[in-house]
Amino acid sequence: MTGKPVLEAEDIVKDLGHGAAMVRALKGVSLSLVPGELTLLMGPSGSGKTTFLSILGCILTPTAGSLRIAGQSTDRLSPEELADLRRKHIGFVFQSYNLFPTLTALENVRIALDVRGQKGFPAANRAEEVLRDVGLGYRLKSYPGGLSGGEQQRVAVARAIASSPSIVLADEPTASLDSENGHAVMALLSRIAKEQDRSVLAVTHDPRTLSYADRVVRIEDGRIVGEERRPEGLDAPEIADLTKRRKAHG
Amino acid sequence: MTLTLAFRNLFHDRVRLTVTLVGILFAIVLVAVQLGLYLGSSYMITAHIDHAKADLWITAYGAKSFEDGGLLLTPRERHQALATPGVKAVIPLIVKFAEWRKPAGGSTRVVIVGTDAEDGGLEPWALVDGTWEDIKAPESVAVDRTYLKDLGINGLGDTSQIATGRVRVRALTDGVRSFTQSPYTYTTLNRARSLIGVDGERTTFYLVQLEPGADVNVVQQDLRGRLDGAEVLTQEEFRNRSLKQWLFRTGAGVALIGGALLGSLVGTVIVAQTLYSSTKDHLNEFATLRALGSSSGYIRQVILMQAGLSAVMGYILGMTVALGILVLSQGSVLPLVMTPGLAFWLFTLTVGMCAISALAAIFKVMKIDPAVVFNR
Ligand SMILES: Nc1ncnc2c1ncn2[C@@H]1O[C@H](COP(=O)(O)OP(=O)(O)O)[C@@H](O)[C@H]1O
Ligand SMILES: [Mg+2]
Repeated sequence: MTGKPVLEAEDIVKDLGHGAAMVRALKGVSLSLVPGELTLLMGPSGSGKTTFLSILGCILTPTAGSLRIAGQSTDRLSPEELADLRRKHIGFVFQSYNLFPTLTALENVRIALDVRGQKGFPAANRAEEVLRDVGLGYRLKSYPGGLSGGEQQRVAVARAIASSPSIVLADEPTASLDSENGHAVMALLSRIAKEQDRSVLAVTHDPRTLSYADRVVRIEDGRIVGEERRPEGLDAPEIADLTKRRKAHG
Repeated sequence: MTLTLAFRNLFHDRVRLTVTLVGILFAIVLVAVQLGLYLGSSYMITAHIDHAKADLWITAYGAKSFEDGGLLLTPRERHQALATPGVKAVIPLIVKFAEWRKPAGGSTRVVIVGTDAEDGGLEPWALVDGTWEDIKAPESVAVDRTYLKDLGINGLGDTSQIATGRVRVRALTDGVRSFTQSPYTYTTLNRARSLIGVDGERTTFYLVQLEPGADVNVVQQDLRGRLDGAEVLTQEEFRNRSLKQWLFRTGAGVALIGGALLGSLVGTVIVAQTLYSSTKDHLNEFATLRALGSSSGYIRQVILMQAGLSAVMGYILGMTVALGILVLSQGSVLPLVMTPGLAFWLFTLTVGMCAISALAAIFKVMKIDPAVVFNR
């Protein structure tokens, strides 16, 4: 562990749907995120990963349980106050990128800053800086429609980190990408966790992503069923090997 | 960035933008035409009252408008008025429908306006050919250039007959249109009397001018006490009464205002519909904005800017078309009128229309669940 948790979720329960169709998607899930780590939340489809991520990102409110972001409890906050928390602390990356099709790459990043009241030249410079950082300096003026999936997802990562949030939450960031681009995006997420001392949580059921994780949390049927941590001193390829061996044995 | 996003959202779907702009354009043109006609009619109806130099009007009891005075006032009223403190001058004015016989046969109705310009009451204000001196010549009258064809004549020097008297056109006004469609024919007081065939010194109105410093309302009360069987109206009261008579008793004004209301309603519905469907199409983006932590105010701002941009573009297009129609309408039966006030009012209406239209879209967007940003 590298420091104090920036996000602490305890015994989160979430019911989705109404009446007879009601589903208990989360049945008491706890998780803490510390800075400087890329955590993977893995589990089969329908296990509650997206639901959990939505709650951690203050987009859904839990039916029961408590959530603290940067030490602040989210209990009983209004939708506007929750938006405020998201704005201050959280960046999102989505499976289908969710870029604005009518805005250029640069504008897509700028709007995330604009929402935070950062305008004008400093914002434009900052947006350009993060786009260069994710390797898209040559794509500033391209529209999402003219970018490859991998490029779009990197714009989305740039948008998520532009305002330097302490937490980045990514839902299936590689699911729409081919292998090469998937690896590039995972490497990027791993790097932004390390370089900026940031907590990154990526939800996935893609085993290719495993090698980038500092920590893997497994969820099944709304419950945490296991957790592995990369042994100190091992780098990414080694943990990948480790995972393979474990699979072979188990 | 809100402006950029609003702009891109609008131009993203050209077909919808076109529908929006056509909707606004249609509404503005309809409202501009209706209100322009209303204003044009009002100007026609009150033009003579506005141009007369009178603080008070003495009319026969129950005169409903400038054309409805009869010939009932006599010098007795004039003397009574002149004896009233504060009254400087009392000037007779004759207004009466009469039959104009066209030289080539047939006839049409005209409104004879009998006035002695040197009295300083009412003189034809738009003389473009000839002068008041010409009108004083024997048999002379002035008519409006735009009615020459209706009167069956070609221009200056042509003769015709009003009732039983011969008249010769010696002066022309331009643009003095008549709401009743009976052209105004100016002549002197005495010639008007002889053409109509009244004897004595009877008249339609007395224009009362006050001494400097006299209180209009006090003199009005005083005159009312002295004159029985005649009414004493301020210029404003007489204007309003004429407007009421022609625009509301006849229903013409109601139709014009109703048309304007209908235009704004249709415009609002079209803009609301397109803005709503645009918002619905971009709902995912608004949800993304919300997930990125934007306040609801930020999102409202984007939608209001879309509405505002549509309003400005629609207004410019609508006014261009409306001004075109206005130019074409000059010299027609009912020329349109556009004033800076009306232009400003139309702009306010457009912005208001678009703001109301934005409400439905804002309502929709405020209900979105940012959770839709995730694939499930
Ligand atoms: N709006 C909803 N109403 C009812 N049930 C839902 C709703 N959304 C998701 N669920 C259910 O909740 C469970 C968890 O869903 P989700 O968090 O999307 O899983 P994952 O992301 O791991 O695939 C699933 O069984 C899903 O069918
Ligand atoms: Mg999911």
